[in-house]
Amino acid sequence: MTFLHWAILFPFLFAFMVPFLYKTFRKIHTGWFVLPLPICLFIFFLQFLPGVKYKEGIVQTVKWIPSLGIDFAVYVDGLSLLFALLITGIGSLVVLYSIYYLSKEKEQLNAFYVYLLMFMGAMLGVVLTDNTIVLYTFWEITSFSSFLLIGYWHYRERSRYGALKSMLITVFGGLSMLGGFILLYIMTGTFSIRETIAQSSSIADNGLFIPALILLLLGAFTKSAQFPFYIWLPDAMEAPTPVSAYLHSATMVKAGIYLVARFTPVFAGSAEWFWIVSLFGIFTLFWGSFHAVKQTDLKAMLAFSTVSQLGMIMSLLGVGSAALLFDHFEFYSVAILAAIFHLINHATFKGSLFMVAGIVDHETGTRDIRKLGGLMSLMPITFTIGLIGAFSMAGLPPFNGFLSKEMFFTGMIRVLNMDVFQTETWGFLLPVLAWIGSIFTFIYSMMFVFKTFSGKLQLENLPKKPHEAPIGMLIPPIVLASLVVIFGFFPNLLAYSLIEPAMKSVMPSLLKDGEHFHIHISHWHGFTAEFWMTVGVVILGIFLYLTASKWKRVYDLQPKRMTLNQLYDHSLKTAGKTSNRLTSFYMTGFIRDYLVYIFAFMIMAVGATMIIKQSISFAADDAAPVGIYELILSIVMIAGSITAVLARSRLTAIIALSSVGYSLALFFVLFRAPDLALTQLVIETVSTALFLLAFYFLPELQKKDKTRRFRLVNFIISAGVGGIVTLLAISASSERTGKTIAEYFLETSYSLGGGYNVVNVILVDFRGFDTLFEITVLAIAALAVYSMIRLRTGGKDVEENGFKNE
Amino acid sequence: MEIVTSIVAGILFMTATYLMLSKSLLRIIIGTGLLSHGAHLLILTMGGLKKGTVPLLDEHAASYVDPLPQALILTAIVISFGVTAFFLVLAYRSYQELGTDDMDQMRGNDQK
Repeated sequence: MTFLHWAILFPFLFAFMVPFLYKTFRKIHTGWFVLPLPICLFIFFLQFLPGVKYKEGIVQTVKWIPSLGIDFAVYVDGLSLLFALLITGIGSLVVLYSIYYLSKEKEQLNAFYVYLLMFMGAMLGVVLTDNTIVLYTFWEITSFSSFLLIGYWHYRERSRYGALKSMLITVFGGLSMLGGFILLYIMTGTFSIRETIAQSSSIADNGLFIPALILLLLGAFTKSAQFPFYIWLPDAMEAPTPVSAYLHSATMVKAGIYLVARFTPVFAGSAEWFWIVSLFGIFTLFWGSFHAVKQTDLKAMLAFSTVSQLGMIMSLLGVGSAALLFDHFEFYSVAILAAIFHLINHATFKGSLFMVAGIVDHETGTRDIRKLGGLMSLMPITFTIGLIGAFSMAGLPPFNGFLSKEMFFTGMIRVLNMDVFQTETWGFLLPVLAWIGSIFTFIYSMMFVFKTFSGKLQLENLPKKPHEAPIGMLIPPIVLASLVVIFGFFPNLLAYSLIEPAMKSVMPSLLKDGEHFHIHISHWHGFTAEFWMTVGVVILGIFLYLTASKWKRVYDLQPKRMTLNQLYDHSLKTAGKTSNRLTSFYMTGFIRDYLVYIFAFMIMAVGATMIIKQSISFAADDAAPVGIYELILSIVMIAGSITAVLARSRLTAIIALSSVGYSLALFFVLFRAPDLALTQLVIETVSTALFLLAFYFLPELQKKDKTRRFRLVNFIISAGVGGIVTLLAISASSERTGKTIAEYFLETSYSLGGGYNVVNVILVDFRGFDTLFEITVLAIAALAVYSMIRLRTGGKDVEENGFKNE
Repeated sequence: MEIVTSIVAGILFMTATYLMLSKSLLRIIIGTGLLSHGAHLLILTMGGLKKGTVPLLDEHAASYVDPLPQALILTAIVISFGVTAFFLVLAYRSYQELGTDDMDQMRGNDQK
C-alpha cells in the first residue's frame, strides 16, 4: 500500500469519522472538518504534475484477489491526473459552498458528508485505477452514492423518484460495462487497462470486439447522460445544489467521458467507435441544448445544458479517434485537444453556474425564471459570476468557453476533409448539428443570466426578500469564475502541464518516444470558417432570443406521450404490471393448479426422455408366470381404487381404500413377504380406524344433491401419470441387468447377523440406520399430532363459538 | 406377472392422482393412501417377482426371494403411516379452525 492507494481510501476512512465528529461537535458545522481532506488531496495530486509531463505514468500495485488477476493497481498519467485534480479541486470548493448552503440546525449533515466522501473516494478510484474490475467496483459506488445524494431529502417524493431513476439507468449501464470488461478479458486475458491497450492491435478482428465496444459504450453513455439515457440527469436536480454542482456537472457525469477517453486507444480506428461516439454525442449536444431553452427552472436548464455539453465532449472524442488513421495526425487530433480543454472549461463554468443557481434559490426561495428578474442591483457579485459563466458557456470571447467552442468547430469542420468511414456521405451532419446546437446553447445561456438578473423585479412573487449571499457562499463560484477568466486570457497556461499529457494518454500510439503534441491555443485565427460560424451563432442567437415568445410553440410539436420520460415511466409501469399479471396468472393459489403443473411436468419430462432415448421395452421372457390368485387380487385392487374415486360417501371411500390395503397385504403373502404382510395388515387396520375417527368430525365427501363433475383435465393428467408409471415399471423390469446383492444378505445373514429372518436382520443389522430414523419419523409424527391437538393458536373464541366461520 | 402388477400400480397411481386433484381435503388424503400403496407394490415388482421361498433361512430352500425390497417397503410403510396420521390430524384440525375442507376456500389471503 503506497500513499497513492491511501489517497483513494482516505475519503472512505474519513467517512467513518464524520458521524462521530457530527455528534461530538454540534456547535461547529461538520463541513469544516471535511474541508481539509480534498484540499490536502488536491495538493498531493499537484505534485504529480511534473511527473506526467516528462515520463510515462506511475503504476503502484497492491494484490487484491491475485488468484483471479484482480489487483488494486493505481495508475497516474495525464488523463487520470486531470480528472483527479478536477475531483479534488472542485470537491474542495463544493464542500466550502455546502457549509454555507446547508444549515447545521435543519439538515442531517452527517449523512450528507458521509455520502459525499464516499462519492469522492469512489470517483478517485474510478479515474486512478488500472484494473477494470476495480474500476467497475468504484464505478458502482459512484452510482450508489449518487443515488443516496439525490435522495438526500428523502421525505420528498420527487427526490425518491429521481434517485430511483438515476440508479436504475446508471446501474443498467454499469452492468453492461462489466459485460464489456469481461469480454475484453476473454479476448486479452488481462484485466489491466494498460495491457489491454498494448494488445489492442490483435483484438480488432475478434468477434467479441464489437459486442465489447457496444457494452462499454452503454456504460459510458448512461453515466454521461447521452441520448437517450440522459433522462435521469434532469430528475437528479432534486439533490441539494452542491451535489448537483459536484456530481451532476463536474465529476460523475464525466466518468463516461473518462471511460471513452481511456478506452480510445483500444477501440479507436474502427468505424463503429467513430460513428457511435460522434453521432450520439453530436445528437445529444443538439437535443440537450434544444430542450434546455424551454426549461423554466434554473437547475433544469443547467441539467439540459450539462447533457448538451457532455454530448459535445463525447462527439469530439469520437471525431478525434479518427486521427489514428492519418499520417498528418496533428490536423485531426485537434478534436481530442478540444475535448480535453472543454472538459476543464466545462467543469469551471458549469460548477460556478450551479452555485449561482443555488445562491439565487437560497436567497429568493425560488428557481423559476418566470418569477425571477431584476436581481442585478441586489446581487451584483452573483450577477457578475453568472454573467461570466453564461458567456463562457455560450462561447463568447474572451472567456475560455469561446476557445473550446472554436476548437470544437475546427474539429467538426475537419471531418469534412476525412475520407474514411463514409464521412463524405454523412460527415456533413456533424458540423451542421454542432452549429445548430451552439445557437441553442447561446440562447439558453442568455436566458439563464438575463431572465434572472435583468428585467423587472417581482418582489411579490418571491418567497424571500433577496439580498446578496454570504461571502463564504460566494468564494467558491468566484474562484471558478476567475479560473474561467484566467483560462480565457491565458489558455496556454495548462497546455503542456496538463492538457498535453492527457492527450498523450488518450492517443499514446501516435507519438514516438520523446515526442510531444504541439499545442497552441489562441483567440484569433483570422477570418476562418470557425470565425464565421461563431458570428452566425451570435447573430442568430440574439435574434432567436429576442423572438423567443413567437417560436416557442415549436416545443408543443412533440406530443407529451412520446417523450422519453413518458416512455421510461410507461415501460417501468408496464414491466411491473406485466410481471404481476404473469405471476398471478400461474400462481393462482389453488393447490390443484400447482399439482397439475407438477404432474404435467413429470409426464412431459419423463415421457420425452423415454421417447428420445428410445427406452420403452416390453420383454416378458424373464418375468414370473401369472398366477390365478394374483390376477383375482389385482382385479380387487383395481376395483377398490376405482370405487375410492367414484364413492359418494366417505365411508365407502375409506372401505375402498382399506380393501386396496388388505389386498396389498395378501399380495405380500403371495409374494413370500410375511413381515410385510403382518405390518401391512396391522397398519391398514390402524389407519382405517384413524380415518374413521378423523372423518367422523369431517363433513360429507360431497353434498348429496350435487352431482360430481367429471373433470377432463384431471382425468388426462392422472391417466398420464398412471401410464408413465406403468411404462417406466415395465421398461425397467424388462431391462434388468446385473445381479442383485440379495445373495450377500442371504449368505451372511446368519454368519454375520446371527439371524434366520433375513428381512429383520437387514432392518436392524445391515441397514440399522434406516430403522433408527424411521423410528424418529414416527416419534416426530406422534409429537406433532399431540401438539396440534393440544396447542391451540386460534384463541378462546374458537373454542367457545365452535367453528370459526370466515 | 411383473406386467400385471405394473399395470395395477399404474392404475393405483392414476386413481391417486385423480383424487389428489380434487377439491376435498379428504379425497386428497385418500389419494395419498392409494399412492403409497401403489409405490409399495411398485418396489415389490421392481425387486423381481421370482418364485422362491420366504427369506427365512431355516427353510433350507434352494432359492429365496429378494429380501432387500421387503426391508425397504417395511420402512416405507411405517413412514407413510406416520405421515398419513399426521396429515389426518392436520385435516381434522384445519376443519375445526376453518370450518371447511374445500381446498379452494383454503387459499391464503391475497393482500388485495
